[in-house]
Amino acid sequence: MALVSRGFSGRRRDDDVKLPPGQYLTEDFPVLSAGPTPQVRTERWEFTITTETGEEHRWDWAALRALPAEHFTTDLHCVTKWSKLGTMWEGVSLDTLFADVETTADYALAHSYGGYTTNLPLEDLLDGQAWIAFSYGGEDLTAEHGGPARLLVPHLYLWKSAKWLRGIRLVNEDTPGFWEGVGYHNYGDPWREQRYWGD
Amino acid sequence: MSTNDDHLDANAAGGALRELFSVDLTAAGTLCATCAHSFTFAEALLYARAPGLVGRCPACGEVVFRLVRGPGRAWLDLRGSTCLAIRMPEGR
Ligand SMILES: [Zn+2]
Repeated sequence: MALVSRGFSGRRRDDDVKLPPGQYLTEDFPVLSAGPTPQVRTERWEFTITTETGEEHRWDWAALRALPAEHFTTDLHCVTKWSKLGTMWEGVSLDTLFADVETTADYALAHSYGGYTTNLPLEDLLDGQAWIAFSYGGEDLTAEHGGPARLLVPHLYLWKSAKWLRGIRLVNEDTPGFWEGVGYHNYGDPWREQRYWGD
Repeated sequence: MSTNDDHLDANAAGGALRELFSVDLTAAGTLCATCAHSFTFAEALLYARAPGLVGRCPACGEVVFRLVRGPGRAWLDLRGSTCLAIRMPEGR
């Protein structure tokens, strides 16, 4: 099948749609999960940013929702090869959450309720590239899609957009996360098809 | 790096590893590194709708193995399992 479509290098019938190499378009929203779906009630939810010096910045649900939120539309690219275009979200930019965080760390490790982790350079979380999203398609984000709130870093493969986000640790040394430690690429740029180690 | 003669190049383990991994690991016993529960791999809770296969301890739910299959390569992470118990045929 891949041989048939390869000549079109990711282009679909609609010439405006260009997908990263090796991706196919899907209309539904597949649910991937490496474990049981955490059921986190917003009354008990909290999010922390911990700096490399151990300084903690903490938000409960009310504090998160009191921050200015943004509506944004973005494309999603999963390493299992589906892409979904034009998804609509609401969330808080990480630039807002990092506004008062003093750090010289280069790396971030996102961690989730349920124990999932993923690592990425801190600079990929800033400058309008990442959000904590709590609404999808105009509805509260469901638990199966990472609610009450998930990380969204849509310029990287979707495994970097940790569902059930609980916190971000800033570190001087890069540490592989849940998938990065077992074959998946440390950075995961879909446009450079960085799926696996060595890609 | 080391000039000591107290260890071998790990190629020397190749024969032993080949023998181990030709067996059906689902029948192998293991111990959860988190809670020390003893079970066979086949009893692990498998999450397969994911970028890889994730096996979790049936007692505590912690990850006991991760297996990622890429083109021409596979990665197996067993850090959640402390020991594999594998039945071996006797009398070669
Ligand atoms: Zn256990």
